[in-house]
Amino acid sequence: MIGRHLLSAQDLTSADAVRILDTAGELATVTDRSVKKLPTLRGRTVVTLFFEDSTRTRISFELAAKRLSADVINFAAKGSSLSKGESLKDTALTLEAMGADAVIIRHGASGAPYRLANAGWIQGSVINAGDGTHEHPTQALLDAFTLRNHLRAGSGDLAGARVAIVGDILHSRVARSNVALLRTLGAQVTVVAPPTLLPYGVHTWPCDVSYDIDDVLPHVDAVMMLRVQAERMAGSYFPNELEYSRRYGLDSRRMALMPDEAIVLHPGPMNRGVEISAEVADSPRAVVVEQVTNGVHVRMAVLYLLLGGRPEELMVEGADR
Amino acid sequence: MSDSILVRAGRPYGQEPVDIVIEGDRIAAIAEVGTATADRVLDAQGCVVLPGLVDLHTHLREPGREHAETIESGSQAAALGGFTCVHAMANTSPVADTAGVVEQVWRRGIECGLVDVRPVGAVTVGLEGRQLAELGAMASSAAAVRVFSDDGLCVHDPLLMRRALEYVKAFDGVVAQHAQDPRLTEGAQMNESELSGRLGLAGWPAVAEESIIARDVLLAAHTGSRLHVCHVSTAGSVEVIRWAKSRGMPVTAEATPHHLLLTEELVSTFDPVYKVNPPLRRRADVEALRAAVLDGTIDIIATDHAPHPREDKDCEWAAAAMGMLGWRPPWASPRRW
Repeated sequence: MIGRHLLSAQDLTSADAVRILDTAGELATVTDRSVKKLPTLRGRTVVTLFFEDSTRTRISFELAAKRLSADVINFAAKGSSLSKGESLKDTALTLEAMGADAVIIRHGASGAPYRLANAGWIQGSVINAGDGTHEHPTQALLDAFTLRNHLRAGSGDLAGARVAIVGDILHSRVARSNVALLRTLGAQVTVVAPPTLLPYGVHTWPCDVSYDIDDVLPHVDAVMMLRVQAERMAGSYFPNELEYSRRYGLDSRRMALMPDEAIVLHPGPMNRGVEISAEVADSPRAVVVEQVTNGVHVRMAVLYLLLGGRPEELMVEGADR
Repeated sequence: MSDSILVRAGRPYGQEPVDIVIEGDRIAAIAEVGTATADRVLDAQGCVVLPGLVDLHTHLREPGREHAETIESGSQAAALGGFTCVHAMANTSPVADTAGVVEQVWRRGIECGLVDVRPVGAVTVGLEGRQLAELGAMASSAAAVRVFSDDGLCVHDPLLMRRALEYVKAFDGVVAQHAQDPRLTEGAQMNESELSGRLGLAGWPAVAEESIIARDVLLAAHTGSRLHVCHVSTAGSVEVIRWAKSRGMPVTAEATPHHLLLTEELVSTFDPVYKVNPPLRRRADVEALRAAVLDGTIDIIATDHAPHPREDKDCEWAAAAMGMLGWRPPWASPRRW
């Protein structure tokens, strides 16, 4: 099974990923009960260590850990060592001294979770909750879970599923993790962006590349729209928001190009009117809210499997034995 | 005959073993193994004997950042690595952009008494790239500066670079360029490549080095001035320099041990010990650099010894300082902190 840490979607085999998704599916059933709590991680300490503001990801992890009865500490590290606060090392040593069993880290620097896991500062599990422009593996897992529910009736892998990821691929950790994971699960991925927002060497990625969203949409089972950050305009990645929206935004006209059953995903928060129109965001084909719910289940599964929960405990009814 | 030293059975430049007798500061005799005597004997069997090494590119951090390195600790490390002369780059605090600072560095080197410390003078005031520093004053100071560089930063303004190249002709100086287009490398964290794309680290593209070198060799040819290119790191740079030399342009170039030995793949560990500027490049670049050393396109191996305090490397990649250690000895892999 997956190792001690979850640092990158690339570290997951297809069997690992399917096991996580299956476990998430079982946990989703359990937490549909009136009492949503399992005793699995009672007595274990889980820390959310967030160097970047991200309320939605943090509370998703927090809820996941609490539903497994872990003690949760939220450590909002305002300002990393980049901005002359406490260093990552000292923060890590502090958490280690407090006996953290798992540290869920969100950090603006690509690779920060690797330092946390490999520098010898802490013993516990490290879960990457988004590092710079590198990876966000649990987002990819929740996206895969959502896709599997809609396209594959909630079981197996995603063999043959056609998924387009549209937007700022260059700066997107969501895109990196999704390309890796969806490919591992057998999906055919196409990334769509203006050439300025594609990473150097994207042709070596295990996906197709297109500059033209209208070409791609008729041939997908799902499209994932990525948020466009306002600061990209200062970097001359595209002329202005309006032109971006015109060429790459998903509106009703474009959604009509998609096959009838195809769905729309967005990792949130959405820029309505930029990469996605309000009509699309509010349409039944957009599964954005479902993604949020699935995020909790997938993160429960990751915590459960990393911290060594036993399968039979899933069978336990209600909160406590 | 007092205080003579016998270096026994060493191999000068890797040739056949001989005994070498040193008296004072001179080689007094080179003799067949086993035939010479002296007051002290140094067994050099199995060793290669070389003249003292000269390092054209180092950072001794003094004045201003003595917690990273001092002229004394740097001199000790250099001597241990076989160097007898090191050039100390100007990016100290204050910057070595006046006769006063370069003389201070030079005198401190003499006081330490282990290696010749030759200060490099800044090209522009405060390394800011706006106004020429007092190159003439540094040249005629006691330190007799002849190498000028804003190393760490590129003399990016083409007109200023031209003027610097021209101006130093008056005292037979050379401008050593840190070739890095600043706009093309904003926020850069590693070599721009398939790997940087996958790791999500902002790329430092080869073209940012090559375009500056191309401009500068043309400027050097146009002005008839000497250009030296610091820490060449890409195959494309090698091609540009090879072309310039084939045209008789007055350019010399250096490469570092780490760019001749290591590749960007090490960055995937996210261990900041491998964070350096210019960044570690691809295998093809390493091979091109090695070929360039062999065919003389690259004239000099210089270490770019760039020490930092431990806390500046014991952190996340983006927060870490750029630089590797170059000595003890320079041809071994860079040491961990």
